[in-house]
Amino acid sequence: MAKTGAQILVDMLIKKGVEYVFGIPGGAVLPLFDTLYDSPIKFILTRHEQGAGHAADGYARATGKVGVCLVTSGPGATNLTTAIATAFMDSTPMVAITGQVKRKFIGSDAFQEADITGITRPITKHNYLIKDIRDLPGAVNEAFHIASTGRCGPVVIDLPVDITTETWDGAIPEEVNLPGYKPRYQGNPRQIRLAAETINHSRRPVVYTGGGIIHSGCHKELLEMAERGNFPVTTTLMGLGGFPEDHELSLGMLGMHGTLYANHAVTECDLLIAIGARFDDRITGKLDEFAPHAKIIHIDIDPASISKNIKVDVPVVGDAKNTLAELLPLIQPAERREWLEKIKEWKEKYPLSYDNSGVLPKPQYIIEQIWEVTKGDAIITTEVGQHQMWTAQYYTFTRPRTLISSGGLGTMGFGFPAAIGAQLGCPDKTVIDIAGDGSFQMNIQELATVVHHKLPVKVAIMNNGYLGMVRQWQELFYKKRYSQTHLEGNPDFVKVAEAYGAKGFRVERKEEVRPVLEKAMAIKGPVVIDFKIGEEENVFPMIPAGKTVKDAIREGTFGGMA
Amino acid sequence: MRHVITALVENKVGVLARIVGLFTSRGFNIDSLTVGETENPELSRLTVVVKGDDATIEQVRKQLGKVIDVIKVIDLTETPYVERDLLLVKVNVPPGKRGEILEIVDVFRGKIIDVGQKDLIIELSGTEDKLEAMIKLLHTYGIKEMARTGQIAMARGTKQ
Repeated sequence: MAKTGAQILVDMLIKKGVEYVFGIPGGAVLPLFDTLYDSPIKFILTRHEQGAGHAADGYARATGKVGVCLVTSGPGATNLTTAIATAFMDSTPMVAITGQVKRKFIGSDAFQEADITGITRPITKHNYLIKDIRDLPGAVNEAFHIASTGRCGPVVIDLPVDITTETWDGAIPEEVNLPGYKPRYQGNPRQIRLAAETINHSRRPVVYTGGGIIHSGCHKELLEMAERGNFPVTTTLMGLGGFPEDHELSLGMLGMHGTLYANHAVTECDLLIAIGARFDDRITGKLDEFAPHAKIIHIDIDPASISKNIKVDVPVVGDAKNTLAELLPLIQPAERREWLEKIKEWKEKYPLSYDNSGVLPKPQYIIEQIWEVTKGDAIITTEVGQHQMWTAQYYTFTRPRTLISSGGLGTMGFGFPAAIGAQLGCPDKTVIDIAGDGSFQMNIQELATVVHHKLPVKVAIMNNGYLGMVRQWQELFYKKRYSQTHLEGNPDFVKVAEAYGAKGFRVERKEEVRPVLEKAMAIKGPVVIDFKIGEEENVFPMIPAGKTVKDAIREGTFGGMA
Repeated sequence: MRHVITALVENKVGVLARIVGLFTSRGFNIDSLTVGETENPELSRLTVVVKGDDATIEQVRKQLGKVIDVIKVIDLTETPYVERDLLLVKVNVPPGKRGEILEIVDVFRGKIIDVGQKDLIIELSGTEDKLEAMIKLLHTYGIKEMARTGQIAMARGTKQ
């Protein structure tokens, strides 16, 4: 029986196991929404397309499944682009469906027309503009396949409205045929042997891991490998949760706001084993002084990530899980007592610390309390800025997919909608968006979405009344000239929450932190907690951009620069 | 160093835009880029001449390889290969110089494909060096207009 394009698409989504679609309707997608009206797919109406994209992203990161969003043409699609770019930078499997004007109007500057395949070309893994209904099923299959295999990423399908109403009775293919797309999952055995030899000869190795650990699901293999060879492990922001931070071999996060012991270990190591990480500038600082004494092994599924920023000695292209499974039996157990002793010294000399005096709660203390109240079992999403770094530093991540944060693009406004997706994907988990007052306002409208869909998402705002991270840089590097970082006109967040029908609390004293958190967690619905923190709180330690651990600014060491 | 890289790509809408966009967004400098059908109408061959150090060239190859529509990437510089560029040049013919110009064209084994009152259109194919050499000589007479295709290239022998 002939089906409309809309019916073909919706049937295929159901067949692919799509549970939720996030988005907003509009003119060019009316037939699709009419078809969805009768379908078992649960549609999550957000209040801005960016929110829909981040929610699909958060869903994908929390569950490992493909996140799906659907928006209309023109502004609907352009509003989605920040979310697409965010997913692209952090390798999230996502399929974004955008409406498009009728085929005969394409290129005519029609109402709500935008060249979205053109716009999203550099921020998608692949994209499609469907010009013929016979190409639709193949494109949907390919989109899901491409999004969720190899180095994952977003794929856009741009669908002209007249294709969604046209009918076709052809067979729906199951297979995909992409001669140019063959991601390599198995590492080259010779390279793996070479990696093992290099590892076995090293005296001061460090394992440096990124989001690849989470994507490939190899946290168990990583733990086994670290314990077998006594390798200290440091992770990027994206890698947090891939290795238990309460483990004695954990060095926490490295890089600009990483622990000093992680950065010292990388500087002194004779071998850096990078797994599913990409040597981002926030990790390396000054490139030619990054791991200066080390040979580098790099295991990554994306060949283009290898030797992109740093020349690698032993490249292994492959999936991290498969590669670690092959590598494990070749690694000789070793004590490395001297090296671990040295690391212990650094840990004792340079612990993460903050001054917990004063009346106002300290952000670091709030984050430690969130960890305690949730027993470390929550899914934490973050926005971008100081609160994100405090979260990375002071929340002890022990399980994969428990931190959802925009690492690569650094998108403010990501965390709250991402929490919506994560909560839907993991309904039994406590989901908390740790936010800043600046970031939260970038997608604050999604309060309506959490109330509408009765999602018990919690938002903890570290409210310093500033765009805090930018203010910190202005304090440190621009003589405290706070150009446009003071957020005058901030709303009363408690009242805003209440206006939307959520609960709101304000915390202005340290001793209120714990009881309010406990009260908030006990509430079954959405809660916003406005934590008033000091205006000039800073994130330390900090290695200034393009510098090394020698130039690190620590709590208490800073003062002369202002 | 100058590298000639060819890629076999699916002959689909937007492939060229994808590749040109990739070069722009990654900051690769290309000297020339050509694309045309192959013996298989579903496939096109792209030839790109790019200059850069080894690390840059490696990134060019890898990033090209990541494009879904790209099936195969070959750096011809590593193997024996032939390359050709096609030139059309409209050259000014000053009084009494026609014979001289025809002689130059003859030496380079070019062809005269249009003869005007005061100008000639010359067609020449060959390597970049050969084309440059003739262009340099023709500058003496005044070049009115010029068009080039950019390099196309192919590995020698049977093995690819």
